[in-house]
Amino acid sequence: MRSRIGGEGHDRLQLSPCHESAVPGIWCVGAAHAVMLVAGAMTRPASHRAMAVLRPVLTCAGLVALWGALARWGHVPPYMLPAPDAVARALWSGRAQLEPAALTTLEETLLGLGIGIGAGSALAIAMALWAPLRRWVMPMVLLSQAVPVFALAPLLVLWFGFGMASKVVMAVLVIFFPVTSALGDGLRQTEAGWMDLARTMGATRWRVLVHIRLPAAMPAFATGVRMATAIAPIGAVVGEWVGASSGLGFLMQTANTRFQTDLMFAALTVLAAMTVLLWWGVDRLLARALYWRPAHADID
Amino acid sequence: MTPPPGIRLEGVGLDFGSAPLFRGLDLLLAAGHMTVLLGASGVGKTSLLRMIGGLAVPDYGHIVADDGLPLAGRVAWMGQQDLLLPWASVIDNVTLGARLRGGRPDRARARHLLGCVGLADQAGMLPAALSGGMRQRAALARVLYEDRPVVLMDEPFSALDSVTRARMQDLAGRMLAQRTVVLITHDPLEACRLADTMLLMAGNPATLTRMDVPEGAVPRPVDAPAVLRAQAGLLRRMMQ
Repeated sequence: MRSRIGGEGHDRLQLSPCHESAVPGIWCVGAAHAVMLVAGAMTRPASHRAMAVLRPVLTCAGLVALWGALARWGHVPPYMLPAPDAVARALWSGRAQLEPAALTTLEETLLGLGIGIGAGSALAIAMALWAPLRRWVMPMVLLSQAVPVFALAPLLVLWFGFGMASKVVMAVLVIFFPVTSALGDGLRQTEAGWMDLARTMGATRWRVLVHIRLPAAMPAFATGVRMATAIAPIGAVVGEWVGASSGLGFLMQTANTRFQTDLMFAALTVLAAMTVLLWWGVDRLLARALYWRPAHADID
Repeated sequence: MTPPPGIRLEGVGLDFGSAPLFRGLDLLLAAGHMTVLLGASGVGKTSLLRMIGGLAVPDYGHIVADDGLPLAGRVAWMGQQDLLLPWASVIDNVTLGARLRGGRPDRARARHLLGCVGLADQAGMLPAALSGGMRQRAALARVLYEDRPVVLMDEPFSALDSVTRARMQDLAGRMLAQRTVVLITHDPLEACRLADTMLLMAGNPATLTRMDVPEGAVPRPVDAPAVLRAQAGLLRRMMQ
């Protein structure tokens, strides 16, 4: 289970703006791995915790050391690959730009997550209650995923403007499908014995949904929400790349055009840290919400 | 609880694909009796039970209550698994039916029933904290909470160890007295201990054969000579 969930996070983070350079990409993966492992470690017996926490820290330290060595002795010019210490300095000196940019991206991401999870869940529930809706709507949902979000971004900026709305819509588009798909699958796979029991008890469809099908679908829904959390910032940042006046994507693009690669890496670092922390927080919330599941079921 | 009805099967049949699983079953399940249905796997016992419970529709014939009232709403179900909701406490599982019908759960009665099945101290626990036997006792309390005159049980104790199973048989035999119960089992001893009426379902298409039941009131003692003799005879018959 760990590798599957972790794998999702890894895949998505590699697709994030880290793709600009392999090294920060590795850093992102390492950081994500670190938090996922730490999240897992929190639920384990105390005897395993120290090693479980130490392992990802060592992994991250190793990756940063590798990056530093490559920057120092790899004959790569600093405008292509700044050293970790240069990025750390850019993080500090550029904090006046990074902080508002991060807040903008975070706001877009959270709004996108809220709306996307809400709308995706509502559609999944509606499709579960009314089968014809699924037959009519599912092709359109799939179509929305067939068009790359990068291709849609300019159109959305044109329609919704340069402000926050177009980025939120972008994030919603990115996360809508995993949430709808995961919750829809969960709702369709309710144990047949529970449904039989409910029928003999004289339950209505709505009450079966509320008391049995929805709680039973929560583990699948949680998987969708975790995936959505990991990829929501991608939508927001892609929107910022195409047209914005603030946000980490906007800052990265500006830094890129000015060859301020260290600032760009600093923005990437903030973005990766933000995504990972957001994922960790959501994962903890979901673990609490799924209190009946074995402690390691969602992590290991 | 309303008086238990008898259940009449009139020409009931079911096809599996194009082959008949059983045809033309005519039978009266006596009111207030425990009818035990025995038979090999795949012979159609569970399908028949589901039809009686209104969970499936027969291809031929019909199933009615002998008091002329519909069976729907008068049946409680206990399956092979305990079917406890893992996110709900034991007491919330017992009162599930009330919530599903939009009523207010009677927690005092649920606690009393949990006490009757020996789970008074476990009312607030999640099912995952219970043993297999305790889980089945909670499922039995859920059946009792429904307070239905007809109870359908599909191999409810098959996953339990021998000792726990024997205890559950005692409990179910006592607690379900005066109801019309249909119990499916593969276990000849269980059948001999609990049956007021015993039916062997066999053949292709399957038919029902009434078997002799040992003397004595249900639940019969596990070591009663009559029970042990009947068990041996039944096992011999099932092996033919």
